[in-house]
Amino acid sequence: MHNDSPWLRAFRGLAGAVLIVWLVLPLVPLAIWSFARGWFFPDILPKQWTLSAWEYALSERAGVIDSLGLTIGISLAATALSILVGVPAGRALGLYKFRGKELVELLILAPTIVPGIAVALGIHSVFITLGLNNTVGGVVLVHLVPTLPYMVLVMSGIFANYDPAFESQARSLGASWLKTFWYVTFPAILPGIIVGGLFAFLVSWSQYILTLLIGGGRVVTLPLLLFNFATSGRNDITGAIGIVYILPGIIILILTARHLSGRNGAVGGFGRI
Amino acid sequence: MTHVSLKDLTKVYPGSKVPSLDRLSLEIPTGELTALLGPSGCGKTTTMKMIAGLLTPTSGDVTFDDRSILREKPEHRGVVMVFQNYLLFPYMSVADNIGFGLKMRKVDKAEIDRRVGEILDLVKLPDLGKRRPSELSGGQQQRVALARALIVQPKVLLLDEPLSNLDAHLRFEMRDLIRSLQQEMGITTIFVTHDQEEAVVLADKVALILEGRLCQYDQADVFYKRPANEAVARFFGGQNFIAGQSTGAAFDSPLGQLTLPQGAIAGKGTLTFRPENVKIGEGQSNSLNATLEDRIYLGTQTRLRLRVGDTMIEAIANPDEVGGFDVGGPVPIHLPPQTLWVLQ
Repeated sequence: MHNDSPWLRAFRGLAGAVLIVWLVLPLVPLAIWSFARGWFFPDILPKQWTLSAWEYALSERAGVIDSLGLTIGISLAATALSILVGVPAGRALGLYKFRGKELVELLILAPTIVPGIAVALGIHSVFITLGLNNTVGGVVLVHLVPTLPYMVLVMSGIFANYDPAFESQARSLGASWLKTFWYVTFPAILPGIIVGGLFAFLVSWSQYILTLLIGGGRVVTLPLLLFNFATSGRNDITGAIGIVYILPGIIILILTARHLSGRNGAVGGFGRI
Repeated sequence: MTHVSLKDLTKVYPGSKVPSLDRLSLEIPTGELTALLGPSGCGKTTTMKMIAGLLTPTSGDVTFDDRSILREKPEHRGVVMVFQNYLLFPYMSVADNIGFGLKMRKVDKAEIDRRVGEILDLVKLPDLGKRRPSELSGGQQQRVALARALIVQPKVLLLDEPLSNLDAHLRFEMRDLIRSLQQEMGITTIFVTHDQEEAVVLADKVALILEGRLCQYDQADVFYKRPANEAVARFFGGQNFIAGQSTGAAFDSPLGQLTLPQGAIAGKGTLTFRPENVKIGEGQSNSLNATLEDRIYLGTQTRLRLRVGDTMIEAIANPDEVGGFDVGGPVPIHLPPQTLWVLQ
């Protein structure tokens, strides 16, 4: 590292700057719009500022608050279910060799490759017969399709570096399997649960097509609401809701950033995507 | 205070036709320190796991004081296993590791603290309770693992290769610690090892297991003096095996007629004697004229490769005794009758 030429260092700095601009710049107009009373070409900034878009967005009749609560609920439920399914599945894939393991891995990865709309149309007809269409439960279940691959891959990465003999040791010292899980297994896999859960939450949070199809317009999550306002040309309200919509992602990212370093075994699982 | 018996204990792993452990029967008396000795893959670790309840036997039984324990869960058996790589829980302090078993038994906090302090003194690590396992040396980690096992006063203590990860100077220290604690607490202890030296140094009795079968179960010195068969003798470093015919008093072989000790078996057999029992110089009986083919100087001893007629003999001698002999020249040797042993 110390021998890097100044050119290389400058290049690295530039690349970092471009990346930050790339990620942050699109959000700037969003924030400006949410405080603007009209913003027209060729003005660089709006001529008049107002809080009215925010007043509307946070009022009861806009439905943003209700939708926010619903979206958080759905994403939390999808995350919890992903953890419940992903931890045992990741354990099986990370620790054991069995016949057909490659096929199972491929199937788990499939939702990240197959277009979501194709999957959703198939699930739609199945859910009609099950009576799950247009229900919040159905939306939670369908969100598992894109969230599970992340959870399972992260957990299989964690379990690949995990020695189950620790559990044997705990059992032999007098711990029941439940206490063994709580005191020995859980602390060891917690970083994976955090990282996998974070991804599951954010993937569920950003679902649009799946929610629209399975929810049938009755389950209105934030991205659906956002899209309604965006297509109706209300850039100011869209801006305000957009800011509300990206906040959880930023908060979660800040809270869990230290778990996301490349040294973390949990992130290693992504090498296989 | 537990008498352990294994009765026809057998394990056949799924998908395997050959049993990993084949009808092992052993009586391990209360408070004894027993070694299960054998090369890797011989079934000794399988045996330990079945006693600990981490593995279910295909058939056979394990009893503690004549009561079968096979139906009991591992956490209720009163068996604690100390693994070869210690397996200290990395998220807990040394004190929490040691207190883990008591916590699982719902002992109250103050009592746990008191007993952890006591046992830390006992394993000579008095001030390390607050450290993390990763901050300790290998030898210290093993003491912690041992303390963590002993604190729950198990009925049976299982040790997996207890000395093999340690440096030579720590081995004897650890050996003394294990033996003194085990005898003080009277815990029936079984350990597995692939190293015959480790078995001999630590155990009251040794069970040699080869290819899933018990070959011999005896006190350590018997394996050297009276091995059950050639495989046992070879495992313990025996190198001289000479086929011939025994009359009970003498042995006819390519080496000539050799006088046997009293009680030797008669009939066709194999004569064996340990390299270190080949004596240099003329003796009262069994004197032979050998030719020195090769020698390897090992510091405290010299290994000799001798030829008598067409038979090769391996010997170990004091370097001072054999310094004067030249390779290719004659060496007078003798085989004291009480060091000879006839295998069937």
